[in-house]
Amino acid sequence: MKEFLDMGGYAAFVWPAYAVTLAVIALNIYWARRELEQARAAARRRLATQERGS
Amino acid sequence: MTWTWFHRLGSPPYVYGLAQRLTPWLGWPAALLIAGGLWGGLLLAPPDYQQGDGYRIIYVHAPSAWMSLMVYTTMAAAAAVGLIWRIKVAHAVAASCAAIGASFTFAALVTGALWGQPMWGTYWQWDPRLTSELILLFLYLGYIGLRAGLEDTQRADRASAVLAVVGVINVPIIHYSVTWWNSLHQAPSVMRLAKPTLPPSMLVPLMMMLLGFTLLFGALLLVRLRAQILARERSSAWIREALGT
Amino acid sequence: MTELPANVAAAIAPAAGADDFRPLSSLAAARMALRRDLTLAFRQRGQLVQPLAFFAMVTLLFPLAVSPELARLREIVPGVLWSAELLASLLALEFLFRDDVQDGTLEQYALSGQSLTALLFAKTTAHWLLTGLPLTVMAPLAALSLGAPTSAVAGIVASVALGGVTLSLIGSIGASLTLGMKRSGALLSLLTLPLSLPVLIFGARATQLAITGGVLVAPLELLGALAVLGVTLAPLAAAAGVRISLE
Repeated sequence: MKEFLDMGGYAAFVWPAYAVTLAVIALNIYWARRELEQARAAARRRLATQERGS
Repeated sequence: MTWTWFHRLGSPPYVYGLAQRLTPWLGWPAALLIAGGLWGGLLLAPPDYQQGDGYRIIYVHAPSAWMSLMVYTTMAAAAAVGLIWRIKVAHAVAASCAAIGASFTFAALVTGALWGQPMWGTYWQWDPRLTSELILLFLYLGYIGLRAGLEDTQRADRASAVLAVVGVINVPIIHYSVTWWNSLHQAPSVMRLAKPTLPPSMLVPLMMMLLGFTLLFGALLLVRLRAQILARERSSAWIREALGT
Repeated sequence: MTELPANVAAAIAPAAGADDFRPLSSLAAARMALRRDLTLAFRQRGQLVQPLAFFAMVTLLFPLAVSPELARLREIVPGVLWSAELLASLLALEFLFRDDVQDGTLEQYALSGQSLTALLFAKTTAHWLLTGLPLTVMAPLAALSLGAPTSAVAGIVASVALGGVTLSLIGSIGASLTLGMKRSGALLSLLTLPLSLPVLIFGARATQLAITGGVLVAPLELLGALAVLGVTLAPLAAAAGVRISLE
Protein backbone atom coordinates (compact mmCIF):
# COMPACT_ATOMS: atom_id res chain seq x y z
CA MET A 1 0.00 0.00 0.00
CA LYS A 2 2.75 2.37 0.91
CA GLU A 3 4.49 1.55 -2.33
CA PHE A 4 1.31 2.41 -4.19
CA LEU A 5 1.00 5.80 -2.50
CA ASP A 6 4.66 6.46 -3.06
CA MET A 7 4.34 5.99 -6.82
CA GLY A 8 8.00 5.04 -7.14
CA GLY A 9 9.05 8.38 -5.70
CA TYR A 10 6.89 10.42 -8.02
CA ALA A 11 4.04 10.83 -5.56
CA ALA A 12 4.42 14.60 -5.37
CA PHE A 13 3.62 14.83 -9.07
CA VAL A 14 1.28 11.93 -9.78
CA TRP A 15 -1.25 12.46 -7.02
CA PRO A 16 -1.73 16.21 -7.55
CA ALA A 17 -2.18 15.50 -11.26
CA TYR A 18 -4.94 13.00 -10.53
CA ALA A 19 -6.45 15.30 -7.94
CA VAL A 20 -6.62 18.24 -10.37
CA THR A 21 -8.18 16.13 -13.11
CA LEU A 22 -10.76 14.54 -10.86
CA ALA A 23 -11.54 17.96 -9.41
CA VAL A 24 -12.11 19.31 -12.93
CA ILE A 25 -14.44 16.39 -13.68
CA ALA A 26 -16.36 16.89 -10.46
CA LEU A 27 -16.65 20.65 -11.00
CA ASN A 28 -17.91 20.12 -14.52
CA ILE A 29 -20.63 17.78 -13.31
CA TYR A 30 -21.57 20.22 -10.58
CA TRP A 31 -21.63 23.28 -12.88
CA ALA A 32 -23.62 21.54 -15.57
CA ARG A 33 -26.27 20.37 -13.18
CA ARG A 34 -26.43 23.76 -11.50
CA GLU A 35 -26.83 25.51 -14.83
CA LEU A 36 -29.71 23.24 -15.71
CA GLU A 37 -31.37 23.81 -12.35
CA GLN A 38 -31.06 27.57 -12.71
CA ALA A 39 -32.45 27.44 -16.23
CA ARG A 40 -35.41 25.37 -15.09
CA ALA A 41 -36.12 27.75 -12.22
CA ALA A 42 -35.89 30.76 -14.53
CA ALA A 43 -38.20 29.10 -17.05
CA ARG A 44 -40.72 28.32 -14.33
CA ARG A 45 -40.66 31.95 -13.22
CA ARG A 46 -41.16 33.13 -16.79
CA LEU A 47 -44.13 30.80 -17.21
CA ALA A 48 -45.67 31.96 -13.96
CA THR A 49 -45.34 35.60 -15.00
CA GLN A 50 -46.85 34.88 -18.39
CA GLU A 51 -49.79 33.04 -16.90
CA ARG A 52 -50.50 35.85 -14.50
CA GLY A 53 -50.30 38.39 -17.26
CA SER A 54 -52.62 36.60 -19.69
CA MET B 1 -36.01 9.99 -45.72
CA THR B 2 -32.81 10.26 -43.71
CA TRP B 3 -33.09 14.06 -43.71
CA THR B 4 -36.13 14.03 -41.42
CA TRP B 5 -33.83 12.99 -38.61
CA PHE B 6 -31.53 15.90 -39.44
CA HIS B 7 -34.38 18.39 -39.55
CA ARG B 8 -35.69 17.21 -36.21
CA LEU B 9 -32.32 18.05 -34.69
CA GLY B 10 -33.08 21.66 -35.46
CA SER B 11 -36.16 21.61 -33.27
CA PRO B 12 -35.47 22.67 -29.68
CA PRO B 13 -38.26 20.63 -28.06
CA TYR B 14 -37.15 17.49 -29.84
CA VAL B 15 -33.51 18.00 -28.94
CA TYR B 16 -34.44 18.76 -25.34
CA GLY B 17 -36.29 15.50 -25.00
CA LEU B 18 -33.58 13.58 -26.78
CA ALA B 19 -30.90 15.10 -24.54
CA GLN B 20 -32.86 14.20 -21.46
CA ARG B 21 -33.23 10.60 -22.52
CA LEU B 22 -29.67 10.16 -23.77
CA THR B 23 -27.81 11.62 -20.79
CA PRO B 24 -27.87 8.53 -18.54
CA TRP B 25 -26.80 6.35 -21.47
CA LEU B 26 -23.65 8.44 -21.74
CA GLY B 27 -23.10 9.31 -18.11
CA TRP B 28 -23.13 5.88 -16.52
CA PRO B 29 -20.91 4.14 -19.07
CA ALA B 30 -18.55 7.11 -18.73
CA ALA B 31 -18.37 6.61 -14.98
CA LEU B 32 -17.69 2.90 -15.41
CA LEU B 33 -15.02 3.43 -18.04
CA ILE B 34 -13.25 6.11 -16.03
CA ALA B 35 -13.35 4.00 -12.88
CA GLY B 36 -12.05 1.02 -14.82
CA GLY B 37 -9.37 3.10 -16.48
CA LEU B 38 -8.21 4.48 -13.14
CA TRP B 39 -8.07 1.00 -11.68
CA GLY B 40 -6.18 -0.36 -14.65
CA GLY B 41 -3.86 2.60 -14.95
CA LEU B 42 -2.97 2.99 -11.31
CA LEU B 43 -2.94 -0.62 -10.19
CA LEU B 44 -2.80 -3.12 -13.01
CA ALA B 45 -0.46 -1.50 -15.51
CA PRO B 46 3.21 -2.19 -14.84
CA PRO B 47 5.73 0.58 -14.15
CA ASP B 48 7.50 2.03 -17.14
CA TYR B 49 11.08 1.07 -17.93
CA GLN B 50 12.28 4.67 -18.09
CA GLN B 51 9.78 6.68 -16.11
CA GLY B 52 8.84 4.25 -13.33
CA ASP B 53 5.49 5.00 -11.81
CA GLY B 54 5.66 8.61 -12.86
CA TYR B 55 4.34 7.84 -16.33
CA ARG B 56 0.92 7.08 -14.84
CA ILE B 57 0.09 10.75 -15.21
CA ILE B 58 -0.59 9.86 -18.82
CA TYR B 59 -3.92 8.37 -17.73
CA VAL B 60 -5.20 11.81 -16.79
CA HIS B 61 -3.06 14.02 -18.98
CA ALA B 62 -3.72 12.41 -22.36
CA PRO B 63 -7.51 12.28 -21.94
CA SER B 64 -7.56 15.90 -20.77
CA ALA B 65 -5.52 17.01 -23.77
CA TRP B 66 -7.76 14.95 -26.06
CA MET B 67 -10.79 16.63 -24.52
CA SER B 68 -9.36 20.11 -25.01
CA LEU B 69 -8.98 19.51 -28.74
CA MET B 70 -12.11 17.45 -29.33
CA VAL B 71 -14.35 19.87 -27.49
CA TYR B 72 -12.99 22.83 -29.42
CA THR B 73 -13.49 21.03 -32.71
CA THR B 74 -17.07 20.20 -31.70
CA MET B 75 -17.62 23.80 -30.67
CA ALA B 76 -16.23 25.14 -33.93
CA ALA B 77 -18.22 22.65 -36.02
CA ALA B 78 -21.45 23.48 -34.20
CA ALA B 79 -20.69 27.17 -34.51
CA ALA B 80 -20.09 26.81 -38.25
CA VAL B 81 -23.37 24.92 -38.69
CA GLY B 82 -25.19 27.62 -36.74
CA LEU B 83 -23.54 30.36 -38.75
CA ILE B 84 -24.10 28.86 -42.18
CA TRP B 85 -27.57 27.39 -41.78
CA ARG B 86 -28.75 29.71 -39.00
CA ILE B 87 -29.81 26.88 -36.69
CA LYS B 88 -30.32 28.07 -33.13
CA VAL B 89 -29.78 24.64 -31.62
CA ALA B 90 -26.31 24.48 -33.18
CA HIS B 91 -25.39 27.77 -31.48
CA ALA B 92 -26.71 26.34 -28.22
CA VAL B 93 -24.42 23.33 -28.65
CA ALA B 94 -21.42 25.57 -29.23
CA ALA B 95 -22.22 27.64 -26.15
CA SER B 96 -22.50 24.47 -24.08
CA CYS B 97 -19.02 23.33 -25.07
CA ALA B 98 -17.01 26.35 -23.98
CA ALA B 99 -16.70 25.97 -20.22
CA ILE B 100 -16.14 22.22 -20.51
CA GLY B 101 -13.35 22.67 -23.02
CA ALA B 102 -11.65 25.46 -21.10
CA SER B 103 -11.56 23.49 -17.85
CA PHE B 104 -10.05 20.40 -19.49
CA THR B 105 -7.48 22.52 -21.30
CA PHE B 106 -6.51 23.85 -17.90
CA ALA B 107 -6.28 20.28 -16.58
CA ALA B 108 -4.15 19.26 -19.55
CA LEU B 109 -1.74 22.13 -18.95
CA VAL B 110 -1.46 21.49 -15.21
CA THR B 111 -1.06 17.71 -15.50
CA GLY B 112 1.41 18.25 -18.30
CA ALA B 113 3.46 20.58 -16.12
CA LEU B 114 3.40 18.06 -13.28
CA TRP B 115 4.59 15.38 -15.69
CA GLY B 116 7.22 17.58 -17.21
CA GLN B 117 8.99 18.58 -14.06
CA PRO B 118 10.23 15.15 -12.93
CA MET B 119 10.74 13.83 -16.46
CA TRP B 120 12.33 16.72 -18.32
CA GLY B 121 13.34 18.94 -15.42
CA THR B 122 10.98 21.79 -16.18
CA TYR B 123 7.38 22.67 -15.42
CA TRP B 124 7.09 24.69 -18.56
CA GLN B 125 8.79 25.05 -21.88
CA TRP B 126 7.85 27.35 -24.73
CA ASP B 127 7.81 24.54 -27.24
CA PRO B 128 5.16 24.46 -29.99
CA ARG B 129 2.74 21.97 -28.44
CA LEU B 130 2.63 23.52 -24.97
CA THR B 131 2.48 27.03 -26.37
CA SER B 132 -0.33 26.23 -28.74
CA GLU B 133 -2.24 24.41 -25.98
CA LEU B 134 -1.94 27.61 -23.94
CA ILE B 135 -3.20 29.54 -26.95
CA LEU B 136 -6.16 27.16 -27.01
CA LEU B 137 -6.98 28.07 -23.41
CA PHE B 138 -6.98 31.74 -24.33
CA LEU B 139 -9.19 31.03 -27.31
CA TYR B 140 -11.73 29.39 -25.02
CA LEU B 141 -11.53 32.28 -22.57
CA GLY B 142 -11.90 34.78 -25.40
CA TYR B 143 -14.94 32.90 -26.67
CA ILE B 144 -16.51 32.90 -23.20
CA GLY B 145 -15.60 36.56 -22.68
CA LEU B 146 -17.09 37.61 -26.02
CA ARG B 147 -20.34 35.80 -25.29
CA ALA B 148 -20.52 37.35 -21.85
CA GLY B 149 -19.89 40.83 -23.20
CA LEU B 150 -22.63 40.81 -25.81
CA GLU B 151 -26.14 41.09 -24.44
CA ASP B 152 -28.06 40.24 -27.56
CA THR B 153 -28.14 36.44 -27.79
CA GLN B 154 -28.23 36.36 -31.55
CA ARG B 155 -25.26 38.67 -31.94
CA ALA B 156 -23.39 36.76 -29.22
CA ASP B 157 -24.07 33.50 -31.02
CA ARG B 158 -22.90 34.71 -34.39
CA ALA B 159 -19.91 36.75 -33.24
CA SER B 160 -18.57 33.96 -31.05
CA ALA B 161 -19.17 31.54 -33.91
CA VAL B 162 -16.85 33.58 -36.15
CA LEU B 163 -14.26 33.55 -33.38
CA ALA B 164 -14.55 29.79 -32.90
CA VAL B 165 -14.18 29.10 -36.61
CA VAL B 166 -11.17 31.43 -36.98
CA GLY B 167 -9.51 29.81 -33.97
CA VAL B 168 -9.97 26.24 -35.19
CA ILE B 169 -6.78 26.52 -37.19
CA ASN B 170 -4.99 26.13 -33.85
CA VAL B 171 -6.23 22.55 -33.41
CA PRO B 172 -4.23 20.91 -36.21
CA ILE B 173 -1.26 23.05 -35.21
CA ILE B 174 -1.38 21.57 -31.71
CA HIS B 175 -1.86 18.07 -32.94
CA TYR B 176 0.83 18.08 -35.59
CA SER B 177 3.29 20.33 -33.77
CA VAL B 178 5.08 17.36 -32.27
CA THR B 179 5.83 15.99 -35.71
CA TRP B 180 6.48 19.29 -37.45
CA TRP B 181 8.95 20.54 -34.91
CA ASN B 182 11.46 18.55 -32.90
CA SER B 183 10.42 19.53 -29.46
CA LEU B 184 10.39 18.64 -25.83
CA HIS B 185 7.02 16.93 -26.02
CA GLN B 186 7.11 13.25 -26.86
CA ALA B 187 6.11 11.91 -30.23
CA PRO B 188 2.61 10.50 -30.60
CA SER B 189 2.48 7.03 -29.14
CA VAL B 190 -1.21 6.30 -29.28
CA MET B 191 -2.52 7.88 -32.43
CA ARG B 192 -0.45 5.65 -34.67
CA LEU B 193 -3.04 2.95 -34.46
CA ALA B 194 -1.23 0.72 -36.90
CA LYS B 195 1.43 -0.19 -34.41
CA PRO B 196 1.06 1.66 -31.11
CA THR B 197 4.22 1.62 -29.10
CA LEU B 198 2.49 0.97 -25.79
CA PRO B 199 1.95 -2.61 -24.59
CA PRO B 200 -1.70 -3.70 -24.08
CA SER B 201 -1.53 -3.60 -20.28
CA MET B 202 -0.79 0.11 -20.53
CA LEU B 203 -2.83 0.80 -23.64
CA VAL B 204 -6.16 -0.64 -22.52
CA PRO B 205 -6.62 1.59 -19.46
CA LEU B 206 -5.61 4.55 -21.59
CA MET B 207 -8.24 3.77 -24.22
CA MET B 208 -10.79 3.29 -21.46
CA MET B 209 -9.98 6.71 -20.06
CA LEU B 210 -10.10 8.33 -23.49
CA LEU B 211 -13.47 6.77 -24.27
CA GLY B 212 -14.77 7.47 -20.78
CA PHE B 213 -13.84 11.14 -20.99
CA THR B 214 -15.47 11.38 -24.41
CA LEU B 215 -18.73 9.92 -23.14
CA LEU B 216 -18.50 12.21 -20.11
CA PHE B 217 -18.24 15.16 -22.48
CA GLY B 218 -21.36 13.92 -24.24
CA ALA B 219 -23.29 13.73 -20.99
CA LEU B 220 -22.09 17.14 -19.78
CA LEU B 221 -22.88 18.67 -23.16
CA LEU B 222 -26.43 17.31 -23.12
CA VAL B 223 -27.09 18.67 -19.64
CA ARG B 224 -25.78 22.13 -20.52
CA LEU B 225 -27.59 22.00 -23.85
CA ARG B 226 -30.89 21.52 -22.07
CA ALA B 227 -30.12 24.55 -19.93
CA GLN B 228 -29.25 26.60 -23.02
CA ILE B 229 -32.43 25.57 -24.83
CA LEU B 230 -34.57 26.49 -21.85
CA ALA B 231 -32.90 29.86 -21.56
CA ARG B 232 -33.44 30.65 -25.23
CA GLU B 233 -36.98 29.47 -25.71
CA ARG B 234 -39.53 32.23 -25.52
CA SER B 235 -42.58 30.31 -26.72
CA SER B 236 -43.57 28.32 -23.69
CA ALA B 237 -45.98 25.73 -24.98
CA TRP B 238 -43.67 22.75 -24.78
CA ILE B 239 -41.70 24.04 -21.80
CA ARG B 240 -44.66 23.70 -19.50
CA GLU B 241 -44.82 20.04 -20.34
CA ALA B 242 -41.05 19.55 -20.20
CA LEU B 243 -40.76 21.10 -16.75
CA GLY B 244 -43.63 19.08 -15.44
CA THR B 245 -41.54 15.96 -15.64
CA MET C 1 -51.35 62.92 -68.06
CA THR C 2 -51.09 66.70 -68.31
CA GLU C 3 -48.12 68.32 -69.99
CA LEU C 4 -45.69 70.08 -67.72
CA PRO C 5 -44.81 73.71 -68.48
CA ALA C 6 -41.59 73.95 -70.47
CA ASN C 7 -39.49 75.57 -67.78
CA VAL C 8 -40.48 72.98 -65.17
CA ALA C 9 -39.82 70.16 -67.58
CA ALA C 10 -36.39 71.58 -68.34
CA ALA C 11 -35.62 71.92 -64.63
CA ILE C 12 -36.41 68.34 -63.82
CA ALA C 13 -34.88 66.80 -66.92
CA PRO C 14 -31.85 64.63 -66.16
CA ALA C 15 -28.54 66.47 -66.38
CA ALA C 16 -26.39 66.04 -69.44
CA GLY C 17 -24.26 62.95 -69.16
CA ALA C 18 -26.34 61.53 -66.33
CA ASP C 19 -26.80 58.29 -68.25
CA ASP C 20 -23.05 57.84 -68.19
CA PHE C 21 -23.38 56.61 -64.60
CA ARG C 22 -21.53 53.33 -64.11
CA PRO C 23 -21.31 51.43 -60.84
CA LEU C 24 -17.93 51.46 -59.16
CA SER C 25 -15.72 48.42 -59.44
CA SER C 26 -14.66 46.83 -56.15
CA LEU C 27 -11.13 48.00 -56.72
CA ALA C 28 -12.19 51.60 -57.25
CA ALA C 29 -14.41 51.48 -54.20
CA ALA C 30 -11.56 50.04 -52.16
CA ARG C 31 -9.21 52.77 -53.39
CA MET C 32 -11.74 55.39 -52.39
CA ALA C 33 -12.06 53.87 -48.92
CA LEU C 34 -8.29 53.83 -48.55
CA ARG C 35 -7.95 57.47 -49.61
CA ARG C 36 -10.79 58.47 -47.31
CA ASP C 37 -9.25 56.83 -44.27
CA LEU C 38 -5.83 58.31 -44.93
CA THR C 39 -7.25 61.78 -45.49
CA LEU C 40 -9.37 61.69 -42.35
CA ALA C 41 -6.50 60.36 -40.30
CA PHE C 42 -4.19 63.15 -41.35
CA ARG C 43 -6.69 65.65 -40.09
CA GLN C 44 -6.26 64.19 -36.62
CA ARG C 45 -2.53 63.73 -36.49
CA GLY C 46 -2.49 63.74 -32.71
CA GLN C 47 -4.29 60.45 -32.65
CA LEU C 48 -1.76 58.83 -34.94
CA VAL C 49 1.11 59.64 -32.65
CA GLN C 50 -0.31 57.78 -29.65
CA PRO C 51 0.72 54.23 -30.58
CA LEU C 52 4.15 55.49 -31.62
CA ALA C 53 4.63 57.34 -28.36
CA PHE C 54 3.49 54.25 -26.51
CA PHE C 55 6.01 52.13 -28.38
CA ALA C 56 8.79 54.58 -27.57
CA MET C 57 7.86 54.65 -23.91
CA VAL C 58 7.76 50.88 -23.57
CA THR C 59 11.15 50.64 -25.22
CA LEU C 60 12.49 53.28 -22.83
CA LEU C 61 11.12 51.35 -19.88
CA PHE C 62 13.49 48.45 -20.24
CA PRO C 63 16.86 50.14 -19.89
CA LEU C 64 15.46 51.88 -16.84
CA ALA C 65 13.93 48.80 -15.32
CA VAL C 66 16.42 46.14 -16.30
CA SER C 67 19.92 47.53 -16.74
CA PRO C 68 21.52 50.30 -18.79
CA GLU C 69 24.32 48.02 -19.95
CA LEU C 70 24.05 47.57 -23.70
CA ALA C 71 25.48 44.09 -23.57
CA ARG C 72 22.66 42.89 -21.37
CA LEU C 73 20.02 44.84 -23.23
CA ARG C 74 21.03 43.32 -26.52
CA GLU C 75 19.83 39.94 -25.27
CA ILE C 76 16.32 41.09 -24.61
CA VAL C 77 15.87 43.18 -27.75
CA PRO C 78 13.65 40.65 -29.60
CA GLY C 79 11.34 40.25 -26.63
CA VAL C 80 11.10 43.95 -25.90
CA LEU C 81 10.65 44.92 -29.51
CA TRP C 82 7.88 42.46 -30.22
CA SER C 83 6.02 42.94 -26.96
CA ALA C 84 6.03 46.66 -27.61
CA GLU C 85 4.97 46.09 -31.22
CA LEU C 86 2.10 43.84 -30.17
CA LEU C 87 0.88 46.21 -27.47
CA ALA C 88 1.16 49.29 -29.67
CA SER C 89 -0.73 47.46 -32.38
CA LEU C 90 -3.49 46.56 -29.93
CA LEU C 91 -3.68 50.16 -28.81
CA ALA C 92 -4.00 51.33 -32.38
CA LEU C 93 -6.80 48.87 -33.13
CA GLU C 94 -9.25 51.07 -31.33
CA PHE C 95 -9.06 53.56 -34.16
CA LEU C 96 -9.81 51.09 -36.90
CA PHE C 97 -13.58 51.07 -36.74
CA ARG C 98 -14.51 53.43 -33.95
CA ASP C 99 -15.21 56.59 -35.91
CA ASP C 100 -16.89 54.79 -38.76
CA VAL C 101 -19.26 53.02 -36.43
CA GLN C 102 -20.18 56.26 -34.72
CA ASP C 103 -20.97 58.23 -37.84
CA GLY C 104 -22.61 55.33 -39.67
CA THR C 105 -20.08 55.02 -42.45
CA LEU C 106 -19.48 51.37 -41.70
CA GLU C 107 -23.14 50.66 -42.05
CA GLN C 108 -23.13 52.44 -45.39
CA TYR C 109 -20.21 50.29 -46.47
CA ALA C 110 -22.14 47.16 -45.53
CA LEU C 111 -25.26 48.32 -47.35
CA SER C 112 -23.50 49.73 -50.37
CA GLY C 113 -23.55 46.54 -52.41
CA GLN C 114 -19.79 46.77 -52.78
CA SER C 115 -17.65 43.92 -51.52
CA LEU C 116 -17.38 44.55 -47.80
CA THR C 117 -14.33 42.32 -47.79
CA ALA C 118 -12.54 44.62 -50.22
CA LEU C 119 -13.55 47.74 -48.33
CA LEU C 120 -12.36 46.31 -45.03
CA PHE C 121 -9.12 45.22 -46.62
CA ALA C 122 -8.68 48.82 -47.74
CA LYS C 123 -9.39 50.08 -44.23
CA THR C 124 -6.96 47.65 -42.71
CA THR C 125 -4.31 48.65 -45.26
CA ALA C 126 -4.84 52.29 -44.34
CA HIS C 127 -4.57 51.31 -40.71
CA TRP C 128 -1.26 49.56 -41.28
CA LEU C 129 0.08 52.48 -43.28
CA LEU C 130 -0.81 54.80 -40.43
CA THR C 131 0.40 52.67 -37.53
CA GLY C 132 2.32 49.60 -38.68
CA LEU C 133 4.53 51.44 -41.12
CA PRO C 134 5.71 54.11 -38.66
CA LEU C 135 6.35 51.33 -36.13
CA THR C 136 8.43 49.56 -38.76
CA VAL C 137 10.54 52.70 -39.02
CA MET C 138 10.79 53.11 -35.27
CA ALA C 139 11.62 49.49 -34.51
CA PRO C 140 15.20 49.48 -35.79
CA LEU C 141 15.85 52.77 -34.00
CA ALA C 142 14.58 51.25 -30.78
CA ALA C 143 16.67 48.15 -31.37
CA LEU C 144 19.80 50.21 -32.00
CA SER C 145 19.15 52.16 -28.82
CA LEU C 146 19.03 48.88 -26.96
CA GLY C 147 22.41 47.81 -28.27
CA ALA C 148 21.58 45.87 -31.41
CA PRO C 149 24.29 45.96 -34.09
CA THR C 150 23.63 48.00 -37.25
CA SER C 151 23.89 44.83 -39.30
CA ALA C 152 20.62 43.75 -37.73
CA VAL C 153 18.60 46.67 -39.08
CA ALA C 154 17.59 45.09 -42.40
CA GLY C 155 16.35 41.92 -40.76
CA ILE C 156 14.46 43.83 -38.10
CA VAL C 157 12.76 46.05 -40.64
CA ALA C 158 11.70 43.05 -42.71
CA SER C 159 10.33 41.08 -39.79
CA VAL C 160 8.48 44.00 -38.19
CA ALA C 161 7.01 45.02 -41.54
CA LEU C 162 5.67 41.55 -42.28
CA GLY C 163 4.60 40.93 -38.72
CA GLY C 164 2.85 44.28 -38.45
CA VAL C 165 0.77 43.55 -41.55
CA THR C 166 -0.45 40.29 -40.05
CA LEU C 167 -1.10 41.90 -36.67
CA SER C 168 -3.27 44.58 -38.26
CA LEU C 169 -5.21 41.95 -40.19
CA ILE C 170 -5.76 39.68 -37.20
CA GLY C 171 -6.71 42.70 -35.12
CA SER C 172 -9.37 43.68 -37.63
CA ILE C 173 -11.17 40.39 -36.94
CA GLY C 174 -11.35 40.99 -33.20
CA ALA C 175 -12.29 44.62 -33.75
CA SER C 176 -15.12 43.62 -36.08
CA LEU C 177 -16.58 41.26 -33.49
CA THR C 178 -16.49 43.81 -30.69
CA LEU C 179 -17.88 46.75 -32.66
CA GLY C 180 -19.57 49.35 -30.54
CA MET C 181 -18.91 47.55 -27.29
CA LYS C 182 -18.05 49.89 -24.48
CA ARG C 183 -14.73 49.30 -22.75
CA SER C 184 -13.88 46.53 -25.15
CA GLY C 185 -10.13 47.04 -24.79
CA ALA C 186 -9.39 44.08 -22.56
CA LEU C 187 -11.69 41.76 -24.47
CA LEU C 188 -10.17 42.85 -27.76
CA SER C 189 -6.72 42.02 -26.42
CA LEU C 190 -7.96 38.63 -25.22
CA LEU C 191 -9.38 37.87 -28.65
CA THR C 192 -6.42 39.14 -30.66
CA LEU C 193 -3.49 37.84 -28.63
CA PRO C 194 -3.98 34.08 -29.07
CA LEU C 195 -4.16 34.46 -32.82
CA SER C 196 -1.18 36.84 -32.86
CA LEU C 197 1.17 34.66 -30.86
CA PRO C 198 2.60 32.81 -33.90
CA VAL C 199 3.59 36.21 -35.34
CA LEU C 200 5.24 37.09 -32.06
CA ILE C 201 7.13 33.81 -31.94
CA PHE C 202 8.45 33.93 -35.49
CA GLY C 203 9.08 37.66 -35.38
CA ALA C 204 11.14 37.35 -32.22
CA ARG C 205 13.06 34.46 -33.77
CA ALA C 206 13.80 36.52 -36.86
CA THR C 207 14.92 39.50 -34.77
CA GLN C 208 17.12 37.26 -32.67
CA LEU C 209 18.76 35.82 -35.76
CA ALA C 210 19.23 39.29 -37.21
CA ILE C 211 21.08 40.40 -34.10
CA THR C 212 23.30 37.35 -33.82
CA GLY C 213 24.00 37.41 -37.54
CA GLY C 214 22.33 34.11 -38.38
CA VAL C 215 20.38 33.15 -41.48
CA LEU C 216 16.95 34.75 -41.45
CA VAL C 217 15.28 32.94 -44.28
CA ALA C 218 13.18 30.43 -42.34
CA PRO C 219 11.36 32.72 -39.90
CA LEU C 220 10.95 35.40 -42.56
CA GLU C 221 9.34 32.88 -44.86
CA LEU C 222 7.00 31.84 -42.06
CA LEU C 223 6.16 35.45 -41.34
CA GLY C 224 5.49 35.94 -45.01
CA ALA C 225 3.25 32.88 -45.10
CA LEU C 226 1.30 34.18 -42.12
CA ALA C 227 0.93 37.53 -43.83
CA VAL C 228 -0.40 35.90 -46.98
CA LEU C 229 -2.80 33.81 -44.94
CA GLY C 230 -3.91 36.93 -43.14
CA VAL C 231 -4.43 38.92 -46.31
CA THR C 232 -6.58 36.22 -47.89
CA LEU C 233 -8.66 35.20 -44.87
CA ALA C 234 -8.77 38.05 -42.38
CA PRO C 235 -10.83 40.54 -44.41
CA LEU C 236 -13.42 37.82 -45.06
CA ALA C 237 -13.72 37.07 -41.36
CA ALA C 238 -13.78 40.76 -40.52
CA ALA C 239 -16.55 41.38 -43.06
CA ALA C 240 -18.57 38.57 -41.50
CA GLY C 241 -17.90 40.08 -38.08
CA VAL C 242 -18.99 43.55 -39.18
CA ARG C 243 -22.23 42.27 -40.68
CA ILE C 244 -22.98 40.32 -37.53
CA SER C 245 -22.24 43.27 -35.29
CA LEU C 246 -24.36 45.67 -37.31
CA GLU C 247 -27.45 43.48 -37.51
